[in-house]
Parts: sequence; C-alpha cells; structure tokens
Amino acid sequence: MSMILDHVSYRYGGDTPLAVTALKDVCLQIPDGQFVGLIGHTGSGKSTLVQHMNGLLRASSGHIYWNGEDIYDKEYDMKKLRSQVGLVFQYPEHQLFETDVFSDVCFGPRNLGLDKRETELRAYDALKKVGLPDELFYQSPFDLSGGQKRRAAIAGVLAMKPQMLILDEPTAGLDPKGRDEILGQIKQLQTQTGMTILLVSHSMEDVAEYVDRIVVMNQGSILFDGSPREVFAHNRELEEVGLAVPQVTDLLHRLKDAGFEVDTGATTVKEASATILQALGY
Amino acid sequence: MGIVKTENLVYEYIRRDDEGNVEGITTAVDRVNLDVAPGEFIAILGHNGSGKSTLARHINAILSPTEGTVWVDGMDTSQEEKIWEIRQRAGMVFQNPDNQIIGQVVEEDVGFGPENMGVPTREIWERVEESLRAVGMYQYRKYSPNKLSGGQKQRVSIAGVLAMHPKCIVLDEPTAMLDPTGRRDVIRAVRGLNEVEGVTVILITHYMEETIHCNRVFVMDQGRIAMEGTPKEIFSQVERLKELRLDVPQITLLAYELKKKGVPLSDGILTARELTEELTALRGRQSRLH
Amino acid sequence: MLRDITLGQYYQTESVIHRLDPRIKLGGTLVYIISLFFFNHIWGYLAAALFLAVVIRLSKVPFRFMVRGMKAVLFLFMLTVVFNLFLTPGTPLISFYRLTITREGLRTAFTMAVRLILLVIGSSVMTLTTTPNNLTDGMENMLRPLRVFKVPVHEVAMMMSIALRFIPILLEETDKIMKAQMARGANFESGNLLKRAKALVPLLVPLFVSAFRRANDLAMAMEARCYRGGEGRTRMKPLIFQRRDFIACACIALYLAVSLTAGRLVWLWI
Repeated sequence: MSMILDHVSYRYGGDTPLAVTALKDVCLQIPDGQFVGLIGHTGSGKSTLVQHMNGLLRASSGHIYWNGEDIYDKEYDMKKLRSQVGLVFQYPEHQLFETDVFSDVCFGPRNLGLDKRETELRAYDALKKVGLPDELFYQSPFDLSGGQKRRAAIAGVLAMKPQMLILDEPTAGLDPKGRDEILGQIKQLQTQTGMTILLVSHSMEDVAEYVDRIVVMNQGSILFDGSPREVFAHNRELEEVGLAVPQVTDLLHRLKDAGFEVDTGATTVKEASATILQALGY
Repeated sequence: MGIVKTENLVYEYIRRDDEGNVEGITTAVDRVNLDVAPGEFIAILGHNGSGKSTLARHINAILSPTEGTVWVDGMDTSQEEKIWEIRQRAGMVFQNPDNQIIGQVVEEDVGFGPENMGVPTREIWERVEESLRAVGMYQYRKYSPNKLSGGQKQRVSIAGVLAMHPKCIVLDEPTAMLDPTGRRDVIRAVRGLNEVEGVTVILITHYMEETIHCNRVFVMDQGRIAMEGTPKEIFSQVERLKELRLDVPQITLLAYELKKKGVPLSDGILTARELTEELTALRGRQSRLH
Repeated sequence: MLRDITLGQYYQTESVIHRLDPRIKLGGTLVYIISLFFFNHIWGYLAAALFLAVVIRLSKVPFRFMVRGMKAVLFLFMLTVVFNLFLTPGTPLISFYRLTITREGLRTAFTMAVRLILLVIGSSVMTLTTTPNNLTDGMENMLRPLRVFKVPVHEVAMMMSIALRFIPILLEETDKIMKAQMARGANFESGNLLKRAKALVPLLVPLFVSAFRRANDLAMAMEARCYRGGEGRTRMKPLIFQRRDFIACACIALYLAVSLTAGRLVWLWI
C-alpha cells in the first residue's frame, strides 16, 4: 500500500526543438500514512509531478505503482485511482460551481456512482473534517470568505474518501492566520485518519513543523529527500538554488559560525530557543 | 501637507441579499487618519478583510469616501475633474499579476499609461526604457507577458506605473500570489524606487518581513488603524500582533522567546544578522564577567 | 502545453515583409484576393503564383507553415472542387454511373482550386508575418473613417487586443479546471451528447466566474492607469509609412498591372 515512482520522466512539446523536460528520472516512494512536504520554487516540476500520481499526466518514461499495481497497465482503472489519490489543485476555490456548498462537495462522490444516501453522508463527513460550520452548508460557495471557500473545495476532494491526499499549495494567497488554520486542519486530518498526505509548497518554513519528511525538487529532479532536520542541514546548497531555509535555521548556522555551541538541526522557534539558551548557559 | 493625507476617512457599503434587499451596512474603513510625507516608505499591514485594500483604493480615487476627505498632492479625491491628475500622481499596483497587464508585449504594456496621458511618442519610449531599467526588466522588453514569472510580471506592472511619473505608488498586496524568489525581487524593486528614484511608497501587505525597511508601519484591524510606529516599535509588541492575526517573523518571535527567558536583548529584533550580533556581544560580556 | 499556443499563427523572424506596415499588408492582401477573382486565364494565375512565391521567399517563413493553413480548409476545398467538377452543365467528357464530368466543369473546378490555394496561402502570409497586435492596430487605423458613422473603432480594437492577451490565459485556466474536475471524477469524454453537454457545467461555470473576476480587475487596473477611451491618447508605436512601405505599394500596383494585362493580352492573343 504505497505510491512508488520508478524513474519517471516527463517531456512535453513532442519531438520539436522546443520540447521541455519537466521531470527528469524521478524516483520516489511514499509509504502509507506519511506526511510529506514537496518543496520547490515555481517551475521546479512539483505540480507536474503530483499530476502524475493520479494519472492526469502520463509519464514519457518510467513506471508508477499505486498499491502494488502499475497504473499504466492497459486494464488499470484510472477512475478508481483518481478516487483513491485525491488531488487538490492550487486555488481550488476556483473550481467551485454548484449553487450551494453541500451540492458542490457531493460532486465527487456522485461521480463515483454512489447512491444518494452515501453521497450525502460522505459530503457531510468531509465538510465536518475541514471544519466548515453547518450554517454555511447551504450558502452559495461564491458568498464565502477566501479561507472558507478553500475549505469547501478541499472537502470536495475529501468526500471521495481518498487514501492519499495531495494538496498543491493549499495556502497560496491566504493571510498568515488563514494559512496556519488550514495547515493545522490538514495536520489534524492526518493524525485523525492516518491518511497519507503530500503537501506541495514553496516555503520550507511553512511546512517544517508539520511534516515528517521533506522532498526538495529543483529543475525537474529531486535534490534532497529526508527529515526536515536532514534537509535543512544542506542550507548552503538550498540557498544556491534560491530556496530559503527557515529563518531559524539560517540564524543557527550563523551562530555556529560565530562559535556558539548550538544544534543547527533545530527547525522550529521552540527548538531553536532551547538550543540557544543551552549554549548561553541559561 | 503630505503627499497623501486622509482625514477621518470612512467608507461604508451596503450589503444586499439575492433579492436586492438591504441586509446591513459594513464599515470597511473607519475614521482613518493618515499623513504621508513625500519620499516616505510606509507599510500598511493587516489580515484579509481588515480594510487595508479599501483604504488603498481611495488613494487612487477608485473609491471615494463615504465620509471624511482624502488629499493626494493637495487635491481632494472627491473632485471629479481632478480624477485623472490624481491617478497619474498616485499610481497603483494590484495583487494579481495576470489581471493588470494590458499589452501583449512588455514594452507596450509599460507604454499604456503614458499613451493614455497623451505623452508624445518619443517621450513614451524614453519613459518606458527608464522605467523598465529601474525595475530590472529592460532585457525582457520584447517578451510576451505570458512567458514571464509572477514576480517578473509584477515588476512590469510597477514599471507601467513608474512610466506615468507618479509622485507616489500604492502597492496593494503585490506579493500575495508570488513565490519567495518573486517576492524578494519585487520588494527589492520597490525599495529601489523609493531610495533611488525618491518615489513615495505605500506598501500594503500581510507579510511582516516585507516591512522591515519601511519608515513607518500602520497596522489595520476592522477598518481602523490599530497600531502605528517604526518597524522596531511595532515588532516589539509580539502579543498584540498575534492578537491582530499577523504573522510575526520567526527571528522576532525567537528573540521575544529568549527575552522572556531572561536573555537581555533589545526590543523588536528583525533579522538573523541583528540577533547574531546581539548574542555575540552578550557572550563577550558574559566571558568578561567570569 | 496550452501556455505555448501562440495566437493567430505569427512566425517570429526578421524579414522585410515582417517589417512592413500592417496597413500595407492588409490592403495588399485584399487587393491580391480581389485580383484572383478577376483572372479568367492561366496566365493571370501564373502571375499571381509568381508574385506570391516572391513574397514568401522574402518573408523567410518556411513553406510548410503556409501549407498548414491549407489543412484547415481542406474539407471546404475538396467540397468546392467536387461540386464544380460534377455539377457544372456543359459538354460531357467522361460519364459513369449517374455522374458526368463536363469540359466546363473540369475548367471551373481547376480554376476554383487554384484560386482557393492562392487565396489561403496569400492570407497566411499576412497572418504569419504580422503580430495579432499589429494587425489590430492596422485595422483600427484603416477603419478610422467609420468613426464618422459613430462606429466605436478604437473600442473594438482595444477589445480585440485584450481578447488576444487573455485567450492564452483562459485556455490555460480551462486546462486547469478540467484537470481539477477530473480529479473529482468528472468525465468529459464519454456519454451521449446531452450527457457531455451536462458534463461541461462544472467546467464552464468556474471559467465564467474567473473571466468576470479578471474583467473586473482589469477594468480597475486600466482606470488606475488613466485609461478613458481613445480620446486624447498618443501612441507608443504610431503607424508611419516608411520608404519600404511605399516600395511595397508600388510593387503591389505593378503586380496588379502586369497580371491584369498579361491575362488580357493572352486572352486577346487566343
């Protein structure tokens, strides 16, 4: 039960000289129940990569295995894959279309051919999971605030009961408070359901405290893959490719250079504060 | 009087339901007084819905006040006949990079403002060149905007405003839709305008770290100005900022935590460099004591 | 990827044809097309083909791009030829089953084929060598006299150029919304016509909402940059005739004279 990408490459533009290689020989294994952050800046290939995982894009070469099955097998049921690997696009609220929030969330389960009762049950459950208050269920999705719209849209994918959830920059355009709320909710979802979650982001600082593992992409390949602590240890290389390590990591490296006995592996304010206090002898 | 001044500015709008019945009145901006001196770089911080964008739209005379007055370079924005002059003096850059570029080629877009103002052709070319150079986008002048990154598009938009030779530029969350690299480049360009070209800048944002180099920061909440001061003064009030749903930069937060634990640091530390310097100095004093 | 679709079919390169004033190209193409319908002899078409060949050569656009334009109208082309071939009354040449090919039919079918080929390739040369933006400018300029009749020429041109700017953005958006709905199990490909039309709702509603939002933003951005219609505007790239444009003008006139007289002379000679 896992997602395995085996030497996946993706080129578009056909055989013309304008062809672009968006993914280069990507190998990645995501075991069940892991919370993974996929980091890279715009154009690094991270959005392209996740669209392969639910079969929206087809690799030019390589294989993808979901739960042990090759998704490029002739008989493979793509529809089933899409219901099991839920993908929430960037600015998902731009895909809302129904007259009320509840009907919109029902769209996914209904497409799976579920009966009315099951569909509504799932929609209700999904809306609860994203923490949208009941009184908004029958409002027009267009009347909600930015953060609420985004929750409704995430519920639309959750209602399909995926085993793995991929979120492409779920916090883009939100204010800091909205961002923390959404990320908190996603973390809660993960602890409650044990769902596999892949969080795509361009900010390491934002995801550092939530994820178990960070995968860094650059120019279509995987640059680093490991725990936040392991990945941030490469602060120099990360800065070279234009990715900012969290401010505290930057600070700890500076302190270390200045001769302080600090643990540069600390990734959050709390950890950093502890190691600095220790180094100062407080 | 400053370049931009508001006096008891109030903006209300009527909410209606689907049938057009009045549901209530929302006060988006509530008695705001602002006075910006020429050449200043000020920032307006606040979470979504705090009224900061509504305030910004008054400076460009896109909205006109329900109550109170807004002056731009001495002109009252409620005077219909001054509206174009006001829009030329106070340019505006919006949030979405795609929805404010009109031209199909970068240089043509930058020329759009001067064309509207009736600037002679030869001068338009001069203005376009100098504006694109000022934001570091001159080498992209022949590109289609669709081929540029978000940060580059925003810099083109800034050049577009700059080409109108404004005295003041209002930027309404210009970085909200950008990645860190794009954000950094845009903020750098904005600082350049202020420091090199001497243009007054009003930056509206919800990222605190973008306001570090400002002269003054205003924090808005529920349509009012909740805090006002230099970045240092503002950033030292960590608890208050959290209450106002703002994101305190990690370094400031860390310094604050350390201070709470008894480490003698100064207030409102903003950058990793500052904190490193203070801690090094502190260690020096410690070792001398022992 | 949809992002890379360039509108119209502009082929980027440096050539004298590319640099010509769009008004010359528009006018020239018009003259050329009209001329095609005046010839009634092979010599006229030969002159037309020769002229076109020279222009294509000068434009430095590879010939296969011209042929691409032909593909789009292939069906229409075949239809015209077949109809003319079989349905023109006259002296029968060959006849099989209930179909008859007449001498006149053969002649008309051939003429139509040549006319269509020259016409399509001729207009391709214009669209391949002129940016959509430049074309809009040219049209606005040429239609200016219509303003006397209260035709909003400037506004229409502005609308066209904004549409040209936003079509790639909206195409990309369509692609994204489609994928997002597919991720929710939507199916755009199978089912009967009614089912497919229904399946478009989740695509079209978000697309329209987005288009309106963009329109709103754009209108505000344009106002903020002092846009108030065509009155009192200056141009960054005004259309001014250069020497090459006058030369091109002369060439077109010369072509017209030569091809017409050639056709006429040969006609008399026969």
